[in-house]
Amino acid sequence: MSAASGTSAATRAEICVVACAEAWRGDGEVLAAAMGTCSILGARLARHTFEPGLLTTDGGALLTAEPVAFGAPAGAVEGWLPFRDHLWLVQNGRRHVMMGASQIDRHGNTNISAIGDWARPKSQLLGVRGAPGNTIANPTSYWIPRHSTRVFVPQVDMVSGVGFDRAAALGPGASRFHGLRRVVTDLAVLDFGTPDRSMRLVSVHPGVEVQRVVTATGFELVIEGDVPETRRPAEEELRLIREVLDPKALRDQEVRA
Amino acid sequence: MGAVMSIEEIVGSLDSGMTIGIGGWGSRRKPMALVRAICRSSLTDLTVVSYGGPDVGLLCAAGKVRRVVAPFVTLDSIALEPHFRAARQSGAIEFTEYDEGMFMFGLLAGAHRLPFLPTRAGLGSDVLRVVPGLRTVRSPYEDGEELVAVPALTMDAALVHLDLADTRGNGRYLGADPYLDDLFAKAAARCYVSCERMVEPGGLGGPPQTLLVSRMHVTGVVETPDGGHFTGRGPGGERDEAFQRHYAASAADPEAWAAFADRFLSGDEAAYQEAVRRWHERDRVEGETR
Repeated sequence: MSAASGTSAATRAEICVVACAEAWRGDGEVLAAAMGTCSILGARLARHTFEPGLLTTDGGALLTAEPVAFGAPAGAVEGWLPFRDHLWLVQNGRRHVMMGASQIDRHGNTNISAIGDWARPKSQLLGVRGAPGNTIANPTSYWIPRHSTRVFVPQVDMVSGVGFDRAAALGPGASRFHGLRRVVTDLAVLDFGTPDRSMRLVSVHPGVEVQRVVTATGFELVIEGDVPETRRPAEEELRLIREVLDPKALRDQEVRA
Repeated sequence: MGAVMSIEEIVGSLDSGMTIGIGGWGSRRKPMALVRAICRSSLTDLTVVSYGGPDVGLLCAAGKVRRVVAPFVTLDSIALEPHFRAARQSGAIEFTEYDEGMFMFGLLAGAHRLPFLPTRAGLGSDVLRVVPGLRTVRSPYEDGEELVAVPALTMDAALVHLDLADTRGNGRYLGADPYLDDLFAKAAARCYVSCERMVEPGGLGGPPQTLLVSRMHVTGVVETPDGGHFTGRGPGGERDEAFQRHYAASAADPEAWAAFADRFLSGDEAAYQEAVRRWHERDRVEGETR
């Protein structure tokens, strides 16, 4: 490869794409459903590299034979997944979704519906969309492009996506398919791998101080010892992101360098 | 058997206070010509059941809506629908908010004369808090699992838009996704189909599995060329992104919205289509002289 691609440092957006891709490691043959530029790129990168069994879409109703570039036509197709079948697949369970969240709390309850009093919201957002069904029936991760105390709040205003405390309250029957895997932000990777399932800082992205993550989080994070750095993209991953999956660098519009 | 009707005849057969289902999804294959006609009509106090997009937004802006039943309202390429947001934030409308899978189960129940269908979707979420009367049901089998009992979504009338339909009311879609239009047709007491192009019976062509809506569920059918505009349709009728951006930008400001409504929504459907054509023409000319 050229010297340029051989030595150039990864941007923050590229680190985020790889951190998102890692969410699907070990998942095997399931649909990698993603919303947001870096998480869509992450799903396709994972399929290109360490998780070739994943299924990915063209962003619409088509399961593509190969992971395609962001926004590109489907090319060869290996399956059909119109919205109605996508909703059935949620019930079936062979799916790991990475959603966005306007608010998230320490147990992973998330809100994409409305800010303020639901009856008369200060800010009406999307509505719950598929978040209730996704979280109760599928492994779910989150991609949050701007880590701040506006998003990481002590309590969400409307529970759209179900967190661990809510799932536990349902009992083992109803919660047996619930599982929040990881939260990737522009600053860090987090998970819920603690005894009481509260949010833990797994790694900080290169160049990010732990204190910066703490300051940007509106509740107390679990921090165990020295927090490692999020892994840097491998050369092949950088090549795939830059030359194959996102040659127009749309990732940089979501996460600034 | 579906009768060929005009836009005005279809809207004239509806009454204030009705529950109206609208097919499509977000800003995709919405019966926009019929929605525009409702905006021009004297109908009020409607309950709108929809995977919501600019259909919901326009009806809210025109003051036609009492309640929205939806899992979301979005313009897809623009995440949030400005008129729906404004109506919610001002308290102008009521809202029944479902998960999008729950919503499909409601349509399935409505389409098959069942009082409810069980699903996991909704458990543990605040949907059960904000939707009054929503109940759970327990499995009578050994598992004893508790599930959400999604009530049937039924409608007085449904409006769906298809790429092709015949004069009897059979309809075909040309894109990659049927959305849930057949369920809307079956769950409503009456269904009206608008289409981009109308053909004679037997002339729909294509693979039989694309024949989505059957005349047995259709009361009336109307040809509305470009009637899905500005939402996305099948091949050749992609979403008019430039115009949708203009719509959303105008909706965010009262003065700009008044100008938008005056320019595009003050006349009939033919006037709308002509105004859109001229808007693009001017847009193109301005683009070239920039």
